[in-house]
Amino acid sequence: MLVIEKNALSEEIELLVEKYGKDRSALLQILQAIQRKYKHISDFAQQEVARLLDIHPVEVNSVVTFYSFLCTEPKGRNIVRLCQTISCEMFGKEKIEEAVQRELGISFGETTKDKRITLEHTNCLGMCDQGPAMLVNERVYTKLDPETAINILNEIK
Amino acid sequence: MKTLQFATEKRNGPVLFSEYQRGEGLKKALEIGREDILFELKASGLKGRGGAGFPTATKWMLSAASVSPIKFIVCNADEGEPGTFKDRVLLFEYPELVFEGMIIGGFTIGAKTGIVYLRGEYEYMLASLEDFLESLRNDHLLGKNILGKEGLDFDISIRLGSGAYVCGEETALIESLEGYRGEPRNRPPYPVNTGYLGHPTVVNNVETLASVPHILLKGGEWFKKYGTSRSTGSKLFSVSGDCKKPGVYELPWGTTINEVLKIVEADDAKAVQVGGASGVCLPKSQFGRSLAYEDAATGGSIIIFNDERDMLKVLKNFMKFFVEESCGQCTPCRIGNTKLLEAVERIENGEYTFSYIHNLKELGKTMQMASKCGLGQSSPNAFISILENFKDEIFGSNGKGTHHV
Repeated sequence: MLVIEKNALSEEIELLVEKYGKDRSALLQILQAIQRKYKHISDFAQQEVARLLDIHPVEVNSVVTFYSFLCTEPKGRNIVRLCQTISCEMFGKEKIEEAVQRELGISFGETTKDKRITLEHTNCLGMCDQGPAMLVNERVYTKLDPETAINILNEIK
Repeated sequence: MKTLQFATEKRNGPVLFSEYQRGEGLKKALEIGREDILFELKASGLKGRGGAGFPTATKWMLSAASVSPIKFIVCNADEGEPGTFKDRVLLFEYPELVFEGMIIGGFTIGAKTGIVYLRGEYEYMLASLEDFLESLRNDHLLGKNILGKEGLDFDISIRLGSGAYVCGEETALIESLEGYRGEPRNRPPYPVNTGYLGHPTVVNNVETLASVPHILLKGGEWFKKYGTSRSTGSKLFSVSGDCKKPGVYELPWGTTINEVLKIVEADDAKAVQVGGASGVCLPKSQFGRSLAYEDAATGGSIIIFNDERDMLKVLKNFMKFFVEESCGQCTPCRIGNTKLLEAVERIENGEYTFSYIHNLKELGKTMQMASKCGLGQSSPNAFISILENFKDEIFGSNGKGTHHV
């Protein structure tokens, strides 16, 4: 990471701390904001958050690694999360799985070479009456079939 | 391409899915005052709709009685139980009920701050909910001097989760709000005494809060007309799986599973999972049971399986879920769930003995007793009930098992 990038990130985290408060209870909100923009929370970002909130970096790391929507390693620009829970599984999750893997040439848990998409599984999205469902970033898509799923993926930049 | 498609049929129900004019419940609440609010709630017999069924009036009274200048009302919108999606519908179509429930709660217990803990998966609702809160502020239903009542201040903020099922447990939810890992605390002390940031905190399910304005408007006795003597009122059931009309239905407590199956047009059901992954799986012979706290209890999740479904595969899906979602804090849950999943895989491969299965059922019972929170206490339910109720299918009548390779 270039020094200039580090400085920019530090400044950004300072602003976030200002916005959400210099308090432990603001931690999750700050981390979510970093995750939203950078698609991961780097070691450096974790250290900066720790420094500004005056807590140990390990504390920050333990929170980042607990929540499945936060991560320490870079991911793609878009995160696609396919629901793997029972009702979606019953109504064709596996077919969607196969189709998107074939289309993108990657498996679940991986990112496309051009960093466009990361494929993940997720647990119940609360769309059980309209499965199979998937989240693309924070948007939800329901009643998928392989073709519509692929069309949605092809539209993401 | 379909986004945010919600069930299209018109929603009808005696309580939540009935006519409501925004602000009515709140006005009535301010009119009758704290004591009468608690009285009506107590008379209504309203119990927590998240699944645990703790009497709401008692919870509110306990925190109203605790002496503290700072108190909180938290709306638990971390709806993560597989097969549950009623809170999504409530927040999307009836946000006024949920927020007014919170304001009334704040007024009753003496809290000035309400927090909605919205699961990360529902982030797409955030913007519209924020807009709705703003419109409530503009109408003086939220913020300072609510409805012109001097000194009645209450505001609501929304905080997002980040994909952790266990945060639906109220103490884990509070830990998460405080910026920690979502690991449940020991109880007692209960949140009503020592909650968010150490202050008295009421944590209520979305549906519980949404019921409050209706109860105050029409009275506790009216609410009690519906349901059974120990499960009063109506309940939102999230029905999914093998049926023609999946969706959210408001039905009185005490409705039998057979009746639900008829309503949603499920003709070939062989099993019904009541209460989501953490609930129990009932075979046809038990479809006469009624949905109520005292019989087949549920936070609303009803998943239907037809004759074609492989129940072992269903069980595997549930156990994988728990292995992933266990917070890992206590041993019975962390290790127990992986052992149960391993057992399902062994049955799948035909590598089991009956004494092994017996031991694992015992392990399940140990988990129910020894786990720290509801997750580990309820995760063996599916394992035990599916292996018990569908043993012929899973092990075969000859004892070798249909899953014997």
